[in-house]
Order: sequence, then C-alpha cells, then structure tokens
Amino acid sequence: MSLSKFTALVLSAAFSIALTACGGGSSSEIRLQGAGATFPNPLYQKWLSEYGKAHANIKIDYQSIGSGGGIKQIQSRTVDFGASDSPMKDEDLKAAPGELLHIPTVLGAVVITYNLSGVSQPLRFSPDVVADIFLGKIKKWNDARIKADNANTTLPDSDITVVHRSDGSGTSAVFTDYLSKVSAEWKEKVGAGTSPNWPVGIGGKGNEGVTGQVKQTPNTIGYVELAYAVQNKLPVALLKNKSGNFIEPSIDAVTAAAAGALAATPEDLRVSITDSAGATAYPISSYTYILAYKNQSDEAKGKALVDFLWWGIHDGESFAKDLQYAPLPAEIVKRAEAKITSITAGGKSLR
Amino acid sequence: MSDWRKRLSPTGNSGDAIFRAAMFGTALLVVTIVVAMIVALAAHSTLSIRQFGFGFLTSREWNPIKGQFGALAFIYGTIVSSLIALLISVPLSLGIAIFLVEQAPHYLARPITFLVELLAAIPSVVYGLWGIFVLAPFLRVHVEPHLARWFGWVPLFQGPITGIGLLTGGVILAIMVTPIISAVVRDVLAAVPNTQREAALALGATKWETTLVVLVNGAPGIAGAVILGLGRAIGETMAVTMVIGNRPEISASLFQPSYTLASVIANEFTEATADIYLSSLIELGLILFFVTFVVNAIARLLVWRVTRRTVAA
Repeated sequence: MSLSKFTALVLSAAFSIALTACGGGSSSEIRLQGAGATFPNPLYQKWLSEYGKAHANIKIDYQSIGSGGGIKQIQSRTVDFGASDSPMKDEDLKAAPGELLHIPTVLGAVVITYNLSGVSQPLRFSPDVVADIFLGKIKKWNDARIKADNANTTLPDSDITVVHRSDGSGTSAVFTDYLSKVSAEWKEKVGAGTSPNWPVGIGGKGNEGVTGQVKQTPNTIGYVELAYAVQNKLPVALLKNKSGNFIEPSIDAVTAAAAGALAATPEDLRVSITDSAGATAYPISSYTYILAYKNQSDEAKGKALVDFLWWGIHDGESFAKDLQYAPLPAEIVKRAEAKITSITAGGKSLR
Repeated sequence: MSDWRKRLSPTGNSGDAIFRAAMFGTALLVVTIVVAMIVALAAHSTLSIRQFGFGFLTSREWNPIKGQFGALAFIYGTIVSSLIALLISVPLSLGIAIFLVEQAPHYLARPITFLVELLAAIPSVVYGLWGIFVLAPFLRVHVEPHLARWFGWVPLFQGPITGIGLLTGGVILAIMVTPIISAVVRDVLAAVPNTQREAALALGATKWETTLVVLVNGAPGIAGAVILGLGRAIGETMAVTMVIGNRPEISASLFQPSYTLASVIANEFTEATADIYLSSLIELGLILFFVTFVVNAIARLLVWRVTRRTVAA
C-alpha cells in the first residue's frame, strides 16, 4: 500500500462515518463528495445548503480536511472534487490519473495583526520591513525602519514577539509566498510553504491560536485570515503594495489584487496573486480553487458537478461578501466559465 | 468428552471452555492491535527511515520546504514537558489522595473527589483554550518574572518571557494528569488494609508515621499511577500544542517555545503532501510509540527494584 493510499484510507474512514450518519438516499438521488481546503469551508457549506434547497435530488458533501488532503483525495479519485488554496504543483498534476482543472471560486487575504498598547491608528508596513520582522532582523518596535512608515505614532522600546501558525496551513503558504516575492533573503533562507521553518517566533494552532496568543501577549505581531480578523475586530496593519500605496485589507482591495494580476494569469488559472500590480491591490491575496477532472467518468454525476460549479461562480458569489470572502473579478468569472464548459463525460459536453 | 474441551478447561465443562477461549481472544486482541500498529507505522515510515537512517533521531532540523527532517527537538520537548508535569503533579496528587483517604471527613471527601474526577473529564482542547487565555498570561505576569529574578542564574529560567513555552506546556500537562494520578493513588491507599494502620498506631506511631507506613505499602500501586499519568502526558496533543509555542528547537530555558512529537503530527499531518514529509511524520509516530514504551519499561523497572527492596526489608 502506498503512502497516498494510506492517507486516502484514513481520510475516507472519516467520510464513511459522515455518510452513514446521513443515512441512505433514494435511487434517483445524485451524491457528490468533495474534500480539501479549510479556508473556504464556511462559504462552501453555505453554497451546499443554498444549492441543496433548489436541487433536492442532488446531495453534495464537503469535508474540510486541508488543501493537502484535498489534493491527495482527488488524485486517488476518492472524491468527485477537491479543493485547494494554492494551485497544484506540476508534479502533483502529473501524478493524477487524468487532466485536472483549477476552477477559482473566491479570493481571500492574509492580514497582519498586532498587540501594541498605546497605538491608536493602524500601523503601516513596507514589504521589506515585514520580511525582516519575521526573519528576526528587526527586533524592536521602535526600530528606525518601522518608524519611517509610522511617523505620527509613538512606538515602544520593546522586543517584537512574532506569532505564526503552527499547523500546516494555506494561510502560511500565502503569507510566505508573499514574503518570498518581496525579500530575496526570505526566499533563500526560508521559502514558501504550508509549514515553513520559521526563523523566529512562537507558533499558535489555527487562526484562533494565533489570535489568542497575539491578544494575550503584549508586543506581538502575527498574521491571520482577513475574514477571521474582521469577525474578531482585530487591529490590522496597512501594507505598502507594488504601486507604493498603503492599502488597508478589504474585500474590494482583494478583488483588485486579482484584477491587477490578470495580465500575469496563465490559461490554466494557476497563479499566485501576492504582491499584485494595481494601485488599490492588497498585496497578500490569493485565490482558492475547486479541483475537478476534465473527463468525468460518470455522466450524471459529472453533469451535477458542472451545474453546481456554474451556479457557484455566478449565484454563489453573492454569498461571498457576507462571509468576508472577495468575489472573483468579472474577467476571471468568464475564464472560469470556459473551464467549466470544457468538462466532458465520454467525450460529451455536459453544459 | 472431546479433547479440545479438556485442553481449554481443566474441568472439561464446555461453558468454561468457551468462556476461557473468549477471554483469551480479548487478551489476544490487545496484543494484535499493538503489533499491527507497530507494523503499520514501520511500513509507512520506510521511506524516511531509508533516506535519513539513524540521523533522523539526532538531527534537530525540521524544514518541510527544504525536505530536511529530524526528530531530536520533538523528542526533547516531549520528554522535558512530561517530566515537568510529573514533577508538579506527583506531590500534588499524593497530597490530594492522602488527604482524601487518611484525613478528610466524609462531607469533604465526596465533593473533592467529585471535583478532581471532573477535571479528568474536561476535553483537552478546553484545557488548551484555558491555557492560552488564563494560564499563559498568569504565568507571564505572576510566575515567570519571579522565577527569572530569583533563579535567573540557572539557564533554565533565562531569556525573554512570553508566557508561551516549555514551562507552560508542562504546567498544563500537570493539571491534566493530576486527576488521573490522584484517583488511582486514592484507590491504592484505600486498599491498604486497616490492620496496617492499626498496627502502626498500636506501636505508638504518629498520624504522619502511620501515613508513611500506608504509603510504603502502596508503593507499587502509586508507581503504577505515576506511569499512567506519564503515559497521558507523553501522548497529550491539543492542550500542549496551544501553549508550548510549537518551535522545533532545543533551548536550555524553560521559558522558550518547544514542540512535542504528538503536537507536530497533529499540526502538520493534514497538509503534508510530499511522500517523504508524510513518511517522516509517521516515523515521528513510531518514535513516540517507542518513547512511551521505553519510559514505561524504565518506570516498571524502578518499581520492581523499589518493591523488591521494601519486601526484603
């Protein structure tokens, strides 16, 4: 038994429990299973419930087991669709038994939060300053380089405590992808990934763990998802983007980042949009994707999947903002439509 | 009478034979599960065992992006945090148990027993959240600065104070294992025959000396309780990971962040996509298995030596 099979087995055990709990369905019912990224899970659950109301004969389950698990499961075809925050690597695509499509669904962002008493207005950071804080090179809050961007703020003469995610996470992957783009030293020393080897700091488990440690410990700095920061009313920092503007993280600024990266977006839509061009773009933004096979083996299930995805990137987008996700820019919706239309079963188009 | 019945049960009674076979089956099941676990863990970690060999145990490097994996920092964090936990919880548990069995009046013993057992029923993730929001700030403000001031000359209590680290991990483990150890010790002490106490008192022993006699009588059971608590401490995941800082580093100071075997597996398993990464995590599981095994064996050996000596004396 290979390693991937082993994971698949462990994960599918979770599935079968979930399935038995739901009970058996009628014969005309179509069941779809998806698994993957935790970040878009609240939105996908909303989609499933809304879509389920209008399509009673289609039952879709989504398990938020993490992007890594989602990729493994779709590779071994134990699910009908996978989901991942970062696009699959070339070698992972090659390892899959068929051609996999990346359908972007929404966008998210990573924000920098901190705990600094006596600071009332939001802090501002330049990209190189963020990188050097997380590299441990800038050690004090009143460092001249932090001061340079925050002229009107009195910064304390205290040590900076960095807080990062301890669990493997797409949030860390997006954040380190950004740091790798803006700092050559970060790229060389640490690199980008779901569980990087952090040069300094303490690790918190999940967004709630990072938030807890930042809130409880004075003089800390950390990063969390935009949605999480908004819901918990955390202080967030403004970041200087590629055009030199300090941007407050917001849903519109994230959509602007995707729009600003259109020129660089390849045909297969696998793209990193951190450090995006565009005057109002928030620099630590990213797509999240649903992964599906271009050639579906089962026509009825394939048709249901195509309809669901089509509904998602059109009607489904309207639920995004309420849950603090940024909707796709119009141009990307068009390009995602083309991807969905290209899905076939036995050479037959499904849309 | 057929042969199999006789072999299974001396009386030749078929009911006895079936009962005996069924009980043997349940015992066998435990052994089978343990063996199956070791086999599965070993089989799935062959990739990393082959690639890193013995160096996996001695390397502190853990860098999934660069594909470098070593277990030493996690082994250190696991053992040290568990030792801190025992150091705190064993005297505490002994105190609780002695009070409940030897001294407490009935109206006090019952509610205290209930509360201590309630501690054991709290889910570990709740302990973890409590750790972040209550224990870590408390240690940061009221305990660690004093430790640093009075014992700062020992490397154990040096460095920046954040409230998150090895010490906090050890303290939360101590709170979690105390109900287990104290409940078992209480039962052990209650099982010591009253004749022992009466004999000691008759010889003119004070209350304290009588308690000592009871403790010596219960020594093997107490040691068993400690081993049980240690097992829980080594394998605990959620609560520890929320307060230990999760940094694969070996630092002399207890204030610094650390990492345990169980925590890193829980943290990184879901997002481990590369085969060698997954294999290394499973090898950590195998090591955790052996650490538990070795620690248990050492503890049993100690118990055996201690009890033999007391019996001889």
